[in-house]
Amino acid sequence: MNTTIMLFLLQDGITNGAIYALLGLALVLVFAVTRVILIPQGEFVTYGALSYAMLATGQVPGTVRLAVAMGLVAFALDLFFARKALHVRLVMRSVALNIVFPVALLGLVYALVGPNTPIAVNIALALLIVAAIGLFLYRIAFQPIAHTSVLVLLIASVGCHLALQGLGLVFFGAEGLRAPALSSAAVTAGPLRFTGQSLAVYGLTIGFIVGLWLFFGYTKTGKALRATAVNRLGARLVGIRTTLSGQIAFLLASVIGAISGILIVPITTLYYDTGFLIGLKGFIAAIIGGLVSYPLTAVAAIVVGIVEAFSSFYASNFKEVIVFTLILPVLVLRSLAAPQVEEEKD
Amino acid sequence: MSALLSVADVHIAYGKVEAVRGVSLDVADNEIVTIIGANGAGKTTLLNAIMGVLPLRGRTTFAGVDMAPLDIEDRVATGLSLVPEHRELFGTMNVEDNLELGAFRIAKAVAATSLERVYTLFPRLKERRKQLAGTLSGGEQQMLAMGRALMGAPKLLMLDEPSLGLAPIIVADIFRIVGELRSAGVSVLLVEQNAQAALQIADRAYVMELGEFVLSGPASEIAANEGVAASYLGFQHEGESVI
Repeated sequence: MNTTIMLFLLQDGITNGAIYALLGLALVLVFAVTRVILIPQGEFVTYGALSYAMLATGQVPGTVRLAVAMGLVAFALDLFFARKALHVRLVMRSVALNIVFPVALLGLVYALVGPNTPIAVNIALALLIVAAIGLFLYRIAFQPIAHTSVLVLLIASVGCHLALQGLGLVFFGAEGLRAPALSSAAVTAGPLRFTGQSLAVYGLTIGFIVGLWLFFGYTKTGKALRATAVNRLGARLVGIRTTLSGQIAFLLASVIGAISGILIVPITTLYYDTGFLIGLKGFIAAIIGGLVSYPLTAVAAIVVGIVEAFSSFYASNFKEVIVFTLILPVLVLRSLAAPQVEEEKD
Repeated sequence: MSALLSVADVHIAYGKVEAVRGVSLDVADNEIVTIIGANGAGKTTLLNAIMGVLPLRGRTTFAGVDMAPLDIEDRVATGLSLVPEHRELFGTMNVEDNLELGAFRIAKAVAATSLERVYTLFPRLKERRKQLAGTLSGGEQQMLAMGRALMGAPKLLMLDEPSLGLAPIIVADIFRIVGELRSAGVSVLLVEQNAQAALQIADRAYVMELGEFVLSGPASEIAANEGVAASYLGFQHEGESVI
């Protein structure tokens, strides 16, 4: 192999790895705060990517109608669970979040959509749509069972994945979509050519990691999320609403997923079910990080990306097999190193 | 004097087993009330249920507000605070972060004065403010748990076994501070197995046995009661050793 090919593969691997890192971080975040293993993370990727792609062609994506429908269900759930102690402020807050926000979003999409809408507006709309879906997904599927075991939450998570993937087929069809690049700029360094797109991937990944670090280390909300992750009862005893923490975690995860999707859809064609496989690779990184360590997850994600790039060059038929085999030695090592821990009840 | 906390005919069950049966108690403003009793009498269960951690049957009002529809977070906002038996600190966060989160529901300016007050009460915490909570000694963790609860400016602090597993000298320190809280306008509901120390600082006491209150009254009377002395204070009638 010559150096040029190796550099190309490395570059390719790092670009993909950066995406996996974003997804892995989101998985760790959601698991730490809510104990949910977020299988539908991949759907956030597809929904973000394909909503953006459809908006770019001037069509209204079905996801925005899904957001409105989910908002209605979330509103009904809010009313049902608060039926014994309904007061005006609570209802108003619920109306604003679950009805006004998605309906306004729907109106905004219809008002702005068109073949000449600027890229930035399309991206913002796609992000808002997926953010709403992520928020309502937690309210509908996970908040009512937040106190149950990790296994129950995992099964609910698989259910959400299947439902969202099926809906994805309805919204986007079986054909793949591709979107215009964020920028056509390119930089050449030696044999390597860095497109504006891949630079955006690096920049956003680093930006997100720094942003998350600042958020968790220095803001009250970030610290409250960490506190919820460390000790749920302790958090409730100081007045932190663990349901709110869960919603924020899902909101962040869905936005991160959608951004990842928007970053890759100009590079590769995405189908309604592509997100799952991408999400799974973020999941491998998160598992290598033990579902707790953010830095380890980020490093593992880069390794996953590089291994994937090299194996698709040398043994493309076995690409996925090789990548997913990475998880085996880690699981064996972890199960040997860590004693069996009983699941914390709360 | 109207009661700050009033608990009337409360039953608490784990499945079909009733751990607390028909208990009533009240705590007034600026009062220190203690519940003493043997291990398993239902003291911790009662405190947890008042806080909303466990469901109860019966009536609880705090500061004139019916507690039944409120969950834990809302009860905190009304000025009720629990320092639980296992302290429930944020172990991987430092002392100052733990304290700041204690003021999660409080305006930032008020929280700053609370922090000064807590550091005055517990100078040890100030020395260790950048240390992770999980690496503190048992006594320091108890101080941090109490400090965190005080950061929320509670009207009533419920302490569950603050002396459990601590060295005698630290226990004395903690009881001294509990006594000082009254002058800061904080009422205390104290659950203790260390009955002697608890009765010394309390105004009133309830004695709990097998999920029921068997005795109540001013702390000095309870301390003088022969049955209590024999069961909980380690005094002997016939010269035989308890231990």
